[in-house]
Amino acid sequence: MPAEPPIDTPKHLFEAYELLASGPTRPIAGGTDVMVAITGELGPIPERMLDLSRIEELRGISLEADGLVLGARTTYTEIRRSALCREHLPALVEAAGTIGAAQIQNRGTLGGNIANASPAGDTLPILLAADARILVGGQRGEREIKALDYFVAYRKTALEPDELILHVRFPLPGGRQLRFRKVGTRRAQAISKVVVALGWQDGPRGWSDVRVALGSVAATPIRAAGTEAVLEGARPTPEVADRAAETLAGELQPIDDVRSTADYRRAVSARVLHRLLRDAGGW
Amino acid sequence: MPTRTLTPGTDVLDRALVVDPGQRVPGRASGFPLRREGPAKLTGAAKYTDDLVFPGAWFGTTIRSSEARATLRAIELDPDVDWSKVVVATAADIPGENIVSSIKDDQPLLVPIGGEIRHVAEPVALLAAPDRETLRRLRGRIRLVTEPLEPVFDPELSDHVFAEYDVKHGDPSAAFAEADLVLEGEYRVGHQEQLYIENNAMIAVPGEDGGIVIHGSMQCPYYVHNALKRALQLTSVQARVIQEETGGGFGGKEEFPSVLALHASLLALKAKRPVRMIYERHEDIVATTKRHPAVVRHRTGFAKDGTLVAQDIEVVMDGGAYCTLTPVVLSRGVLHAGGPYRCPNVRLRGRATRTNTAPNGAFRGFGAPQTEFAAEMQMNRAAELLGISPAEIRRRNVYVLGDTTPTGQLLRESVAGEEVLELALGASLFERVRERTRREAAQRTGSGTIPTGPLRTGNERRATGIGLALAWHGAGFTGSGEVHLASVASVELAAEGRIRVLTANTEMGQGTKTVFPQMVATELGVPVDWVEYAPQDTAEVLDSGPTVASRTVMVVGKLVILAARRLKETIEGRSNGVPFHEAFRDDAREHGATRIDQKFEPYPGVVFDDATYMGDAYPAYGWAAAVATVEVDLDTCEVQVVDVIAVDDVGKVIHPILCEGQVEGGTLQAVGYATIEEMKLDKGRYLNDRLATYLIPTALDAPHIRSILVEAPYSGSPHGAKGVGELPMDVGAPAVVAAIHDATGVWIHDLPATPEKILAARHGERAPAAVGPGKAA
Repeated sequence: MPAEPPIDTPKHLFEAYELLASGPTRPIAGGTDVMVAITGELGPIPERMLDLSRIEELRGISLEADGLVLGARTTYTEIRRSALCREHLPALVEAAGTIGAAQIQNRGTLGGNIANASPAGDTLPILLAADARILVGGQRGEREIKALDYFVAYRKTALEPDELILHVRFPLPGGRQLRFRKVGTRRAQAISKVVVALGWQDGPRGWSDVRVALGSVAATPIRAAGTEAVLEGARPTPEVADRAAETLAGELQPIDDVRSTADYRRAVSARVLHRLLRDAGGW
Repeated sequence: MPTRTLTPGTDVLDRALVVDPGQRVPGRASGFPLRREGPAKLTGAAKYTDDLVFPGAWFGTTIRSSEARATLRAIELDPDVDWSKVVVATAADIPGENIVSSIKDDQPLLVPIGGEIRHVAEPVALLAAPDRETLRRLRGRIRLVTEPLEPVFDPELSDHVFAEYDVKHGDPSAAFAEADLVLEGEYRVGHQEQLYIENNAMIAVPGEDGGIVIHGSMQCPYYVHNALKRALQLTSVQARVIQEETGGGFGGKEEFPSVLALHASLLALKAKRPVRMIYERHEDIVATTKRHPAVVRHRTGFAKDGTLVAQDIEVVMDGGAYCTLTPVVLSRGVLHAGGPYRCPNVRLRGRATRTNTAPNGAFRGFGAPQTEFAAEMQMNRAAELLGISPAEIRRRNVYVLGDTTPTGQLLRESVAGEEVLELALGASLFERVRERTRREAAQRTGSGTIPTGPLRTGNERRATGIGLALAWHGAGFTGSGEVHLASVASVELAAEGRIRVLTANTEMGQGTKTVFPQMVATELGVPVDWVEYAPQDTAEVLDSGPTVASRTVMVVGKLVILAARRLKETIEGRSNGVPFHEAFRDDAREHGATRIDQKFEPYPGVVFDDATYMGDAYPAYGWAAAVATVEVDLDTCEVQVVDVIAVDDVGKVIHPILCEGQVEGGTLQAVGYATIEEMKLDKGRYLNDRLATYLIPTALDAPHIRSILVEAPYSGSPHGAKGVGELPMDVGAPAVVAAIHDATGVWIHDLPATPEKILAARHGERAPAAVGPGKAA
């Protein structure tokens, strides 16, 4: 192991903000991504590091008037065990259960998944499908970023270098439905080949606010606007499902990489969506 | 230097001498001794090479090529660096021959200036420094000046042949003309990484006599010993090799450790201090040997009733950049290529060639899993075409006593193909389950709910399938290998009354340290704890051959048993018939140490002609059958191997728990080979060269494995044992792929049978193309 960079361990957010403003530093929470990246083998070792493990303001799961709020340091295990998450966001609980394995789920955090912004990040399509809002803060103040605006380009986000992710707010409109499916190479410790999250609001005139979000099929987690348009105002009938699957396959432009192929990703994204629609339609 | 202490046998007189299976005795597992090294491993007290402390030791690293093929023009050291504070070694520093001693002597320790770089990550120079930080900083300041050459990646296009075999039996062309069904097939298998838990690791300590002491992780101390003597011009005494606790090998620590030991030694000699070379996972995956990729082509003739009448099989293996053990791997692959089936007319051709990828080498199964996968695919496809059951076609053709193999070997004894087959069929209720899976498949089709297009799902989410495979595995070394090895193993009554087993055979998790004392204790009639297992240190033990080829229990075990018997006779002779266990302490006091060295004698009646490739290819064969049950997700084509019945004939079970452990581990490794393990390459570079990208099954992916052990003893061994380690590796993959076919209706001809390939096959699309360099998400 190469020499350790100096590490600051603030207890309060304002201290963390000061440190972030004073120069480049690499925040670390659960460390499940950072520890792999900082060995010096895959890139430069950070000059300084910012340990978030003592900042209690980043923890906690609470039900508020405008949604379920999860602190950035909420671990996947906490999500899986949280009665609030199970009740209000079962799809997120399901996603948390597909990440790494028990050890990773004990250490890894929701905020870390968002900061790392891997196109394969397993929780990220849920954020997109749920219209989640990411609250970030720094010495310049706090601001809320829509999940859709957060993922800018390949591993590039709207987070500024002097900002921290504070919490994530999931709006909980009544009747909102969310579904999730991850396809990976094996049943644990697998980076996804395809992640699909589907959100909708059921109403007398069909589905509304339909969200089709995907991971591992583009340079960032994405929403499939064309497919959403097919489903908006429709009902999950066989004909609609066929059309949605075809539209999705047409609008995705995945790549061949070390985990899977473009053809598979395209077809399986469509097939998984088809299955989710079939289940929703009960046919 | 760490001090090495032996664990003295504890004086527990009241323990049973030999414990029957199933009998519960404290300190025993189901009546058999617990693993010797188990407690130390479980408590973390076991010291692996990286745990050893050598004061003043430096850290070493390897400077590697980045090109697949090039001429090395120069090695440039950055003039801004003070190189006097570290040590750099190149080919010019090698005192002896610049050769990693193996079959063909074609592999240099380090590419010399003017020499040819033949693969990505080939060692070119070595660097040692007092600390890792300096090492990390300076390794990038050494620049290789090269001139690129045109690389070759397709083994079929390579004109450099490492080995070729051609075996003919009967008259295949005439038989094909009369066959009712002639089936052709082409099968491909890729690299597989051993992925032992402990990476390769070596520490070289220079001695006062100008020699070297090696402490390291390895399977074969004497392979390393020979390599040191040759390249470093050392005498047998100056070169000393000590195997430390070894965290798995699977063949990956058969020949490769010689390379690393030589590198560490070169640096240690130049730095005049101990040098540690401990690979990290990435380097271990990039630089060390893998299972040989292969293309196997079959043309098979059958009579209507499924009787095999002719086989024409061509095997092409990718040896990688250097020969290593390729000729022997190919030889085993070719000899097993027909599968465990009687066939009067056979042509077996094999060719292994050089390509510009890292050298391939030993891996559990040693060529047989590649060719037996193809043979079993062919058998299962033929059964389907002939409309007979996969079980029935095997019953009709499996070798029985008195049959003759393609090399003209008469199977005189220890033939258990039928037995393992019937046991596997019975335990799995194969025919009944298959009837059900076929009915379910028919319903899926008949009801019109089968997906009509690649983007639609059907009513059913999952399909179950069951698959069968059968295999044989030659026990011990191929052909006259054992005769050339001429192994020696010893049992000693030391002066202090200690009983010691001395062999060069290593513990790497499979149980050598436990079963050898167990076997000797049984012979001598003493508690197993009284028998010590001497360290695998070339200064202490003779060369009992490598720990490979599932030969340890069969071949070396025989030597150990015979030595123990001779020791018992000697002591009881001197004590006028007082039994050994009462006489040995007095004998040691009176006569001092008595050591019996037992030398290998050829198995009686076993003759193989290396020139004509005819005769007894192996003294005996182990037999294995597997029935796999899979569930395939019909939406995504993900495969879950739910259950495997593994039936293995090992001749004689010495330690049921360790034996089952081998079957379970080998089965899981085969499941990985069948479903997910895949080394993807781009221009000779491994693309998935980390644990995040080279995936093997986790505990959650592991099927429920039921192992059934069969004993068809071999008379050439006093205990009858034939070896177990490799058998399960031969059958797992074809059983899983047959089960995938049963579930989905598609045959996957190329391993691994990934969801990408299954989905493409189900919807009649082109198979996924070889992957190019992409942005890994």
